[in-house]
Amino acid sequence: MNFFLAALRRDLLLTFRRRNDIINPLAFFLMVGILFPLGVSPEASFLSQLAPGVIWVAALLASLLSVDGIFRSDFDDGSLEHMLVSPQPLLLLVLAKVTNHWLISGFCLALVSPILALMLFLPSEGIKPLIFSLLLGTPTLSLIGAIGAALTVGLRKGGILISLLVLPLYIPVLIFGASSVQAGSIGLPIQGYLALLAAMLALSLVLAPFAIVAALKISVRS
Amino acid sequence: MKIKFPRWFYRLASPRWFYDITSKLLPWFTIIAFLLIVIGTIWGLVFAPADYQQGNSFRIIYIHVPTAILAQSCYMLMAVAGAVGLIWKIKIAHIIAKSCAPIGASMAVLALVTGAIWGKPTWGAWWVWDARLTSMLVLFFLYVGVIALTSAYEHVASGDKAAAVLALVGVVNIPIIKYSVEWWNTLHQGATFKITEKPAMPPDMWIPLLIMIIGFYCFFAVILMSRARTEVLRRENRSDWVKSLVERY
Repeated sequence: MNFFLAALRRDLLLTFRRRNDIINPLAFFLMVGILFPLGVSPEASFLSQLAPGVIWVAALLASLLSVDGIFRSDFDDGSLEHMLVSPQPLLLLVLAKVTNHWLISGFCLALVSPILALMLFLPSEGIKPLIFSLLLGTPTLSLIGAIGAALTVGLRKGGILISLLVLPLYIPVLIFGASSVQAGSIGLPIQGYLALLAAMLALSLVLAPFAIVAALKISVRS
Repeated sequence: MKIKFPRWFYRLASPRWFYDITSKLLPWFTIIAFLLIVIGTIWGLVFAPADYQQGNSFRIIYIHVPTAILAQSCYMLMAVAGAVGLIWKIKIAHIIAKSCAPIGASMAVLALVTGAIWGKPTWGAWWVWDARLTSMLVLFFLYVGVIALTSAYEHVASGDKAAAVLALVGVVNIPIIKYSVEWWNTLHQGATFKITEKPAMPPDMWIPLLIMIIGFYCFFAVILMSRARTEVLRRENRSDWVKSLVERY
């Protein structure tokens, strides 16, 4: 546990030294959301129907945008190699890096999402489901995305490849996340959707770290 | 407990033996696949009775269902072969996994295209956002991801391992994707064959379909073996037996 906290502290410290890494995904998230009224229609009744899906897609893309950086700088300066040969448990190290990514992407996105919800005229009943579903769903996105990041970190042109690898795996989270907001905004119960999001989080929390570690070992050795 | 397999089974792990054994198997599979597909196609397209609702348009089932089944089982084979390669570090397993990916991707495309052709007269649209169509499309993207990842690595062994990890991650996800899109939206008819139930079609309709499915599996084996053999030759091009083989031609 101490090791996990130490690793997380290091990553968070590094992130706060480069504040752009926090601001960029948020700005991207808001920009994508703003494109829809401009591109489709600014009418309130139309936008309020579109809002749950648009906000979720924007959050998903913003999370994807920053996922490439999870291991990139550590790989480039060689510290990842040292972490892999260190006697500390790799699963915890990987979890610390994913947690760091979630804190700067998913967690912040959930906090900012009410702004986008207001701009897209999401009914006020939908705002609470939106925040909860983002809080429960985005950690899964970070975990799955980290698998893609670990597989491509050794490649020179990993960027577009990550989205190809990871986006199909994001689909279930998107479906249940957006559905929960849709159900919540018309007053239907959302516990079922949240339970499914939580189940996916539990599953990926248990399984994804193993895949990430295996992928990192492949990338570093190649 | 230690399980012992017959000797030829262990020998399959060696590229050279694999090449020798498949060169004996290949003609047989080719003949069987050809016969079954010809019989199944003629029976299905000419002699099977027309559907009482869909008329003759249902006959595309004889291509659509085999390709759809193959697209799914090919992914399973790819993932199992990838796991075998990762765990026991067997070269042939990675070669099989790599050869599976393009075949599976083209089967998924065929299933989608035949489905679209079938959907136009029956549903009135080339594409509908239905669970089965969507999950087949996602399956296609998973294949594309595996192919792209394999080829992105310059180092062959690393590309193999990375693709195997991705295929295994995909296998865990396929049921989740399948059920999530099913709850999301469905219009497609149920599965044609279930192991536990008798088919809802008359025997005149499903026997040719079964022949086609078995024929497609044999066809798949033929393509898989040919691709794997080519890959064996490409990877083992420094070994003596490949050199002497090439010199003979």
